[in-house]
This record gives sequence, C-alpha cells and structure tokens, in this order.
Amino acid sequence: MPTVEFASALTRHVACAPQSVDAATLREALANAFRAAPALQGYVLDEQGAVRKHVAVFVNARMISDRSRLDIALQPGDNVLVIQALTGG
Amino acid sequence: MAASAQAQAIWVGTRKGLFVVRRNASGWTLGAPHFPGEPVTQLAFDPSSGACYAALRLGHFGVKLWKSADGVGTWQQVSAPAFPPKPVEGEWKDDATPWTVDMVWALEAGPGTLWAGCLPAGLFKSADGGASWQLVDSLWLRPERKEWLGGGYDHPGIHSILVDPRNGNHLTVAVSCGGVWQTRDAGTTWTNTSNGMVADFMPPERREDPNIQDVHRVAQCAADPDVLWAQHHGGLYRSDDGALNWLRLAAPAISEFGFAVAAHPTDPARAWFVPAHSDAERVGGRASRRDPGP
Repeated sequence: MPTVEFASALTRHVACAPQSVDAATLREALANAFRAAPALQGYVLDEQGAVRKHVAVFVNARMISDRSRLDIALQPGDNVLVIQALTGG
Repeated sequence: MAASAQAQAIWVGTRKGLFVVRRNASGWTLGAPHFPGEPVTQLAFDPSSGACYAALRLGHFGVKLWKSADGVGTWQQVSAPAFPPKPVEGEWKDDATPWTVDMVWALEAGPGTLWAGCLPAGLFKSADGGASWQLVDSLWLRPERKEWLGGGYDHPGIHSILVDPRNGNHLTVAVSCGGVWQTRDAGTTWTNTSNGMVADFMPPERREDPNIQDVHRVAQCAADPDVLWAQHHGGLYRSDDGALNWLRLAAPAISEFGFAVAAHPTDPARAWFVPAHSDAERVGGRASRRDPGP
C-alpha cells in the first residue's frame, strides 16, 4: 500500500502519524489519510478540493504540478509526502 | 479590534497574534498573545452566549475559526466559512472569482446567528455557534456581483457587517468595491443602498453607479442605528436614514482618503476616522468628526 506522510509544519496543527493507506490514486490516498485526522483536510486542500497554493505534494520525491488534478495513479510502495511550501519571506 | 464587554480590555488582532490590552490601576498592560505568530483577521463577541470567536488567516493553510465558549481564551477550533463546490454548468461555471475563502474580513454576532463576510465577497451565516456555515446565496448569486471589483485585493470582499440592534433580521453589509447592501429579512432579499456615493476615479458615466462604490468601512451608532458613517475610497460619508441616502462630508485637514471609521456608541453626531495623506501616500493621522455642526 502507498504511504502518506505530512510534514511537521502540518502536524503541529493537527496530529497525524505517517500511515499506509489502501489507494489507487493520489486523491484516494489523501482522502483515506484524512480519515485518521479529518481536521487536517482543510489545511491541505481548499473547499474545491485543490491543494492549497502554499502546500506542496510529492509522490516519490516528485512534486505534483497541477493542484486540482489529483487523479494520479499510485502503485503499492509509493510514498506521498505533503509539506509546507516555502513561499514568501 | 474589539472592546471586551466583560472587562476594560481592548483585543487587537494582528498579523502576529491576538493581543489583549487590559486596564488596571497602573494603566494599560499588554498581555501575551493568543495564537502567537498567526494572522488574526477578525474577532467577535457574542453577548447572548458569552462566546468569543477569532478568525485566522494562516499563510499556508487557509482560513480557520476558533471559538472560546467562556470568552476568556480557552480556544477550540470550529468550522470556518467555506464555499460550496463551484458549479460546473450554468450561469456561474465561468465565474472569474474563486470559490475559496481567502480571509474572514468581517465577523459579527446577531441574535442567534453569527455572520461572516469574506474575501472573496461571500456572506456566510451560522446558526449553531460556528459548528456549520451556510453561504448566503441570495447575495452571492446576484447578477450584480459580476460587476464588483477588487479594491486593494485581487477580488472584491465584504469588510463590514452591521446587525441592527433593533432587529436582527436587518443587516447592512459593505463591499469593496460593490457598495452598501441591506437586507430586512435575514438575507432572503437584498437592496443596494449607496445613493449619494460618488466614485471619483471611475469613468464619468459610472461614478454614481451604486454597484461599484468602493466603501472601505461602514460603522453604525449603536444608540441611533439609523446613523451610519462610511469611509469611502473617495471621501467621508454619513447617513441619517439607515443608509438609504449618503451625504459626503467636507474633507478633513489631512485628506478624505482612509480606511478606518468608528462610530460613537451613544452620540450619533460623532465618529472617528483615520485619514491618510492621500491614496498614493497612505500615511497620516486621525480625525474626530462631529456632524452636524461642531
């Protein structure tokens, strides 16, 4: 199963340990991960379901380029990392 | 910024937290901030429940709303206003305004209802103390909204909400740039009440268009709610008839450009403005206004 991990910049707001989730796409992986910490969803996604513009999502260390298209296929063993993008000063 | 009802205190929301300044025997004392390091855009006290609400605009993680049921700072996160899914068909599918809340720009408690004005210019209401929110469609889906303009921000926003102390179903809201709007049925129907306002910077044909007036802030006299004061992009205004008609006031010494206005709670003839030097040079001082007459 893919793993999903949120950086400490996010988990300091809402605790959520790294986890393995049953998911075929990135969208499913995030949705399943949020089940363990529902309040975290609003920190990562906006109300239209897009990744917030100052949050970055990586799949196997490669950043996704389209914040709204999360139907990226995942393989068992893929690693999803969600971080606070270093924007601004 | 808000004056606390239960004590002589001033609550100040800043980009670096929520500060409480309390008066004691030796003067005013600044306490440790709530939400240290976080931008606090709005604060509201609900006198009927004793609760206090603080709206945060986290730079990376969006708008959050926190509630202190005891009003003194034991905070719990509650739901924040959020737009419904943007339509994928119909009149609003190509709406140029994003359907995502960027900031809570106004937050007011009325009898049994909490109101939030946002950037972009959605008005939301909560009847359960912030546990859930509903977008006020009757204003958001008005065709006039397509003509609203962003002022200092990329998109138009609602920065002023005034709940009539005589009638909680009567709200006055102000939009930059979209004029002053009122409802007398708790948000079912709306009327633009910007008559008398003039947008000097617009093309001559549009300067008196009520739907593009750039109101920066509206305040209401608590003891005489038919008296309202407005700091407009192009002047100071006062209304004596519940915002149906606005009278442009003579410019104070520094200029008639500014953002802030506060109405005296009991003296309907007095308000305070903070005029800037000019639109192009946004520094300045303060002005106390007493109208009519000195």
